Amino acid sequence: MGALMVIFSVQPKQRRKRQDSVEDELELSAVRHRPEGLEQLEAQTRFSRKELQILYRGFKNECPSGVVNEDTFKDIYSQFFPQGDASTYAHFLFNAFDTDHNGSVSFEDFVMGLSILLRGSVQEKLNWAFNLYDINKDGYITKEEMLDIMKAIYDMMGKCTYPILKEETPRQHVEIFFQKMDKNKDGVVTIDEFIDCCQNDENIMRSMQLFENVI
Amino acid sequence: MAAGVAAWLPFARAAAIGWMPVAKCPMPIAPRDDKRQDELIILNVSGRRFQTWRTTLDRYPDTLLGSSEKEFFYNEETKEYFFDRDPDAFRSVLNFYRTGKLHYPRYECISAYDEELAFFGIIPEIIGDCCYEEYKDRKRENAERLMDDLEENKDCKLPDMSFRETMWRAFENPHTSTMALVFYYVTGFFIAVSVITNVVETVPCGATPTQKDMPCGERYMVAFFCMDTACVMVFTVEYLMRLFAAPSRYRFMRSVMSIIDVVAILPYYIGLVMTDNEDVSGAFVTLRVFRVFRIFKFSRHSQGLRILGYTLKSCASELGFLLFSLTMAIIIFATVMFYAEKGSSSSKFTSIPASFWYTIVTMTTLGYGDMVPKTIAGKIFGSICSLSGVLVIALPVPVIVSNFSRIYHQNQRADKRRAQKKSRMTRIRIAKKGSSNAYLQSKHNGLMNELLDLTGSEGDQLHLNKTCSLLESQHHHLLHCLEKTTAHEFVDEQIYEQNCLESALQSYPSRTPSISSQEGLTGTCCSRRTRKSLPLPNSSMPALHTLSHTQGLQELSTIHMHCPDPQTRVVSRSSLNMQANEVGRIHAKERQTTAAVISFQTNPSVTAEGDGHRSSNVRPSIQTTASSNIVKVSAL
Repeated sequence: MGALMVIFSVQPKQRRKRQDSVEDELELSAVRHRPEGLEQLEAQTRFSRKELQILYRGFKNECPSGVVNEDTFKDIYSQFFPQGDASTYAHFLFNAFDTDHNGSVSFEDFVMGLSILLRGSVQEKLNWAFNLYDINKDGYITKEEMLDIMKAIYDMMGKCTYPILKEETPRQHVEIFFQKMDKNKDGVVTIDEFIDCCQNDENIMRSMQLFENVI
Repeated sequence: MAAGVAAWLPFARAAAIGWMPVAKCPMPIAPRDDKRQDELIILNVSGRRFQTWRTTLDRYPDTLLGSSEKEFFYNEETKEYFFDRDPDAFRSVLNFYRTGKLHYPRYECISAYDEELAFFGIIPEIIGDCCYEEYKDRKRENAERLMDDLEENKDCKLPDMSFRETMWRAFENPHTSTMALVFYYVTGFFIAVSVITNVVETVPCGATPTQKDMPCGERYMVAFFCMDTACVMVFTVEYLMRLFAAPSRYRFMRSVMSIIDVVAILPYYIGLVMTDNEDVSGAFVTLRVFRVFRIFKFSRHSQGLRILGYTLKSCASELGFLLFSLTMAIIIFATVMFYAEKGSSSSKFTSIPASFWYTIVTMTTLGYGDMVPKTIAGKIFGSICSLSGVLVIALPVPVIVSNFSRIYHQNQRADKRRAQKKSRMTRIRIAKKGSSNAYLQSKHNGLMNELLDLTGSEGDQLHLNKTCSLLESQHHHLLHCLEKTTAHEFVDEQIYEQNCLESALQSYPSRTPSISSQEGLTGTCCSRRTRKSLPLPNSSMPALHTLSHTQGLQELSTIHMHCPDPQTRVVSRSSLNMQANEVGRIHAKERQTTAAVISFQTNPSVTAEGDGHRSSNVRPSIQTTASSNIVKVSAL
């Protein structure tokens, strides 16, 4: 008798699970996004028509539904850094690209971000970088935020590095950064301090121009 | 790098701007991309034309279509690539480039498909999850079929099989030779004889005038003993022969059949050893029971028995569950019956365990009738017990049977998947290592190029000019930028472990000058920047810190330079900050030795270091780690 009851109680659970997954599938497929027209995007970004075409083809190929959610984003970004763990940095990057904070990056967000990074003025690029470091978007970079970002960057290197990565390496790096950037020594870096300092640094200026002809 | 994401490489590179403000070292220059417009390529496969973008094909540079190998198939007049292959199979190949997933079409013959994949340089391991199982199943079927064919042709003995191997083959497969067949039947006969004698031993033989009725075993004791001895001798010889012929004796001894063999013949030997002691004769009798295990030796002769045994083994959990539920019901009903019958006199239900027998007999609908309830309550509960017995036993059995067949197949598939999973994880790890190795390899190549330019040898320049695809060079540039941002380098696992060991050794307080050079080590490229004693004309030229690697780790311990102490202090990377002429003086004499001793076999390991200028005079700086005396030669 007990056996019967046990048997029958096991079955409904499986049926319930199957139903849930069907609903999940419906949800996913409903989220589809079509970008604005080519002309509008051309007007809003600094890419030419042809470049937008190439970008969209690649984007749609990888994400047929038209939007990237954070997990897919992390997957894609991690593939470029096989030796380390790129998921934390990808999380910060995702937040930097997802300007309207709706949890997914559409083609417009993607292309706007790229337009700033590749075709923007130095001021805009530095603005973007500041936005990336400022995790809670309050206009100040604190040491904790910078430490998080730094740890994320060092995570991407992985374990097998030369010289051997130590625990305090990110922290030391943050110290160096703050010494350079924090002019009034108040423990936070504001956007003006940041832009000021970067514009005075030759190396940073030069490296900003590095990726101009990526597309 | 997986190719589906090749389209996102520009994005990843653009996002690298986020590293720039925090970078410790200047960034390397980007690879030049010859601005080839993305063009359509026409692939003519036996008359059917496929068109795709060039960048689609470039995603997988280590396949035929992605590399320059396809140029061999280029037709100048028609401006297309012609392949004389099956266009249907080519569809899945091309879709692989497009979607990044390789599918196996079911209508396709497995060997034809394999050939196509081999031609286009695609490894079948990357077939997607949806089709992988089917592919592997078909492949296994095919392989088994081929093996069956092979075995039939293998009846002729291979000439160079050792005696031991022939014996083993004869044991495992009786149809290989007549001797094996004879052996097979002889052992079968003796097993049967042994079992029959065991059975007949206990039959009462008929009364003699002197003694009363006794079993045959005691009457014809000598005869039975001789029979037993003969059988045991045959079994022992057979076991020893199998043990001798087994390719892996340890594994053979652990197998079920050999354990059965041992258990079957052991009682006899134990009986020989034991004396006719009253105390132990009881145990001796028990041992004789084990002789019945000889019947299991028949399973070597019968395929069906083996399958049954395997079935029971794989279905053990279902049977266990049935037993458990039965036990629950038995205990419940036995308790109830005991308390119901407690009142009645001369009741057989003396205790709950005594009631177990009644419950079992009733639930399995046997109903011997040796125990029956007498009270009314007992009869009521007895009838409930028999009804529920029908339900408990009869109903789950079909469920179990169908479950069993389903679970049996599922188990098979799960085992397969588990076995595949391990190999797939290995593949993925290899692929990941491959891409990181590719980066380290290209660093090594870039470095070798420079070194060879300096030393002027031309021998090894052939394999250095391997053209990286544009995608790869961009990806490598991205990784290089990350290295510069963090001022650490990617190294191979071997070298990492080496470094760990070295630093562990050096953590011991040894007053060697290596400590100073160790400090110099951690300085890396940026120590020069911070000291700024030498003008760095154009730091756009990246400082090549490369620790190359790969399997043939060629330690340059051949260069055992015993530099005197003051020199080792000087000979650290900080030496580059010294005046130019001083450095030149110190290293001038070592310049020659460096060039001579670097023996470039296929994969030497070289540490190289360069600073900003490509000055005309070579400045090799040599570091010694006094602990291991391995000189890492660095050259600009």
